[in-house]
Amino acid sequence: MKARVFVTLKPSVFDPQGHTIADALHSMGYKEIGDVRQGKYFELELDAKSADAARALASEVADKLLANPVIESYRVEVE
Amino acid sequence: MKFAVVVFPGSNCDDDAYHAAKHVLGQDAEFVWHKDTSLAGADVVILPGGFAHGDYLRTGAIARFSPVMSSVKAFADAGGPVLGVCNGFQILLEAGLLPGAMLRNRGLKFICEQVGVRVEETDTPFTAACSKGQVLRIPINHGEGNYFAADDVLDALERDRRVIFRYVDASGQPTDAANPNGAARNIAGICSERRNVVGMMPHPERACEPSLGSGDGLVLFESVVMALTSSGTMRSA
Repeated sequence: MKARVFVTLKPSVFDPQGHTIADALHSMGYKEIGDVRQGKYFELELDAKSADAARALASEVADKLLANPVIESYRVEVE
Repeated sequence: MKFAVVVFPGSNCDDDAYHAAKHVLGQDAEFVWHKDTSLAGADVVILPGGFAHGDYLRTGAIARFSPVMSSVKAFADAGGPVLGVCNGFQILLEAGLLPGAMLRNRGLKFICEQVGVRVEETDTPFTAACSKGQVLRIPINHGEGNYFAADDVLDALERDRRVIFRYVDASGQPTDAANPNGAARNIAGICSERRNVVGMMPHPERACEPSLGSGDGLVLFESVVMALTSSGTMRSA
């Protein structure tokens, strides 16, 4: 079973990388693009009996390792 | 007095910390590999700078799970002095031994330069021989030194006098221009609630000999020896 974990910086955290990317897009002429925030994406191959179990496992490892709760939040998708 | 310098795969300032403790300060020092669980009777533990696990995922995120860290935590819980320098500070943050987190430098560039660091409090083992307001010239060498914590956490740190070092300009003021990386409130180093665990981004171990640019960092090492000697406490781990 596959779980996808999306980790993003909390809104209160300044994202200099996202800001730089937005600047780059603006200099490329993409004036319609406003704010950009950069995050992380993980694909987990896991052994689980159900989608719920997979989601729970993915959330557990996201809590413990993949995301730093001080500055990041995450969401899990299971297929 | 024995200094234990923990070595993670990717640490690269362990030799400097060892050199400072053993050859400059003249104390006993030894390396402790991250997979060891014994701190071998150390009186002081140093988590050195570098790039543990290549900074993969996040700086210090993987190192915090190393076997040695449960011993470091027990040592800290028993009141033993722990100094986390740069990557060591990042590891202490990820391990929850200090509050907050590190972000990428706001200018995105890796910075390697001498900066002014003001000593805010002298009641920690590592600043006991300093004077309040003393400015030390110490090198920084990092890409992720932008210290972050929620406002209420920062306010509590200030209220409890747990901000130990701040980036300052030539006149000793914590201006924005003197802030190399965007760290909240120019914070360069903090301590734990019990004040025995100190984390700092600048590298005092690389400022222990004037011939190498600055000798201002030596006082942090002298402080811990003085603090342990005067308290009569030689801790065994």
